[in-house]
Amino acid sequence: MSIVEKEHIIDLVGVSKQYDGTEVLKEINLYIRKKEFITLLGPSGCGKTTTLRLIGGFETPSAGKILFNGVDVSDVPPYKRKVNTVFQRYALFTHLNVYENIAFGLRLQKLPKDEIDRRVNEMLSLVGLRGYAKRSSEALSGGQQQRVAIARALVNRPEVLLLDEPLGALDLKLRKEMQLELKNMQQQLGITFVYVTHDQEEALTMSDTIVVMNEGRIQQIGKPTDIYNEPENAFVADFIGDSNILQGEMVKDRLVFFDGRNFDCVDSDFGEDVPVDVVVRPEDIKIVEPKSGMLEGVVKSVIFKGVHYEMVIETAGFSYRVHSTSMHPAGAQVGLTILPDDIHIMMKGANA
Amino acid sequence: MNRKWYAAPYGVWMVIFTVVPFLLIIYYSLTAGDGGFTLSNFQRFFDPVYIKVLGRSLGIAALCTVFCLLIGYPAALFMTDKKVDRRGMLILLFVIPMWMNFLLRTYAWLTLLESNGIVTKAVNAVITFFGGEEIRLLYNYNAVLMGMIYNFLPFMILPIHSVLTKIDRRVIEAAQDLGANPFTVFIKVILPLSVPGIVSGCVMVFMPAVTTFVISTLLGGGMKLFGDLIQQQMITTGDWNFGSALSMVMLILILISMFFMNKFDNGEGNIM
Repeated sequence: MSIVEKEHIIDLVGVSKQYDGTEVLKEINLYIRKKEFITLLGPSGCGKTTTLRLIGGFETPSAGKILFNGVDVSDVPPYKRKVNTVFQRYALFTHLNVYENIAFGLRLQKLPKDEIDRRVNEMLSLVGLRGYAKRSSEALSGGQQQRVAIARALVNRPEVLLLDEPLGALDLKLRKEMQLELKNMQQQLGITFVYVTHDQEEALTMSDTIVVMNEGRIQQIGKPTDIYNEPENAFVADFIGDSNILQGEMVKDRLVFFDGRNFDCVDSDFGEDVPVDVVVRPEDIKIVEPKSGMLEGVVKSVIFKGVHYEMVIETAGFSYRVHSTSMHPAGAQVGLTILPDDIHIMMKGANA
Repeated sequence: MNRKWYAAPYGVWMVIFTVVPFLLIIYYSLTAGDGGFTLSNFQRFFDPVYIKVLGRSLGIAALCTVFCLLIGYPAALFMTDKKVDRRGMLILLFVIPMWMNFLLRTYAWLTLLESNGIVTKAVNAVITFFGGEEIRLLYNYNAVLMGMIYNFLPFMILPIHSVLTKIDRRVIEAAQDLGANPFTVFIKVILPLSVPGIVSGCVMVFMPAVTTFVISTLLGGGMKLFGDLIQQQMITTGDWNFGSALSMVMLILILISMFFMNKFDNGEGNIM
């Protein structure tokens, strides 16, 4: 990517938002690059939707600034912003048919009739709804309504498309299809997508950048692989994928104590004898013959998950969640091994 | 016990007080005083005197509906605005008069508008101050119209208000998002979505307005509306046959207007 393409299109500078004295966003600093697919990810109430609504202009920040191409737009009303939104549960105009829903924005721009017609039809084919133009928007399935909502926003050729949990109301299979379609559209059209979801899998599948949020603060910003492999704190580790989070103590650089023994690890600069959170992914724990592992444990339960088995294995000091393709029955004695690379050390309570 | 029997008391009530009287009206309207079948009652209605009264009734009801809409729609819109404090109180203020008997409410206007009434005195004070001549507010067309608007306004506000509160906030935001300023949002989204409320509000005002008779008697000073005509035939003159025919005419007109109003309405807020 060239430097020009990496230019910021949106900057949030020290943005806070309060409702009736409760602070829902606490000094958010975030930049969004042009043509990037960025996802705001977090549990409900983390401030992700509020952030999106601030960018869309439906809320004004209590403090801080929102820049659009470097210009402060904090007080610009939504109808003057060059962003469009795909709303949760679509919010289609029920008094208009599919064609008129999509044409809504273009008609307001007073474009010539033939151009409106061309662009609406273009959009109908893009979202796979050719032949549905005259249908009532209420007579469509959830997936089709979602496509209309996307077409209605994209037809205006916004620089930024905001999507507020757009797939939340769809069933799993349809959701997976739409994820890929949205990603393709984004790449094809070269538009910046700002996507809000609480579904970590969705975020990992679609995003160029993920912003993990909790309790009104940004926890971590990074590429999906970074967020997954190098979570910055216990909250991120726990929210992205399943994790085993243990109380431990950093003995010295590259040596950590937890569950009754010392482990080699790759982290340093924590100091000596410092309490830390230790995070181990379930798929990073290897099950070996009893007595040949680092830890000894008993299998407490087994659940078949399709690709792998999920087992709860209890050792002297902790119940580990372990994913493995080989099954060990409940009650079996096993050994556990964890490699230094797979032990993630986090400062206690940092940001979480 | 089968659940449909729960409705039995109501069924009996309806037969005695709705179905039977209705059949009686049909019977009387199609018979002469001696009991023989005739259409002369309906022929008599086509006398210009009666047509004129019907025209006056339809006219004042239409005017009343228009005024109620012009006053009621903005009021309903205002009551829906989440930024307005004490919305509940406002709605209550509109509803409280409906809890009182409408004769009482109309008598109140009688007191206000009579020549020594507080409203008349205030209005005439302003007029004479600017050198005009004193006017009478009571016993004319405007007094009747005023009384009707006052009595029927809540029936306009409530259905519109209930439709407006049901409009999804996000649909309005979607319109703003697509470039609509507040005025365009109103014209292109809020207004079309509130059409069912407007239609049922208009029906609920127009129908009682067109059959009004007490208001015109009390405030109109001898002004005759179609309702007064029916009342006169039934009670004063005692001509039940002609009175019933007039009632049938009224009923048919109401059914026709309902039919057209329902055509405007796409399924929501239907009153039939």
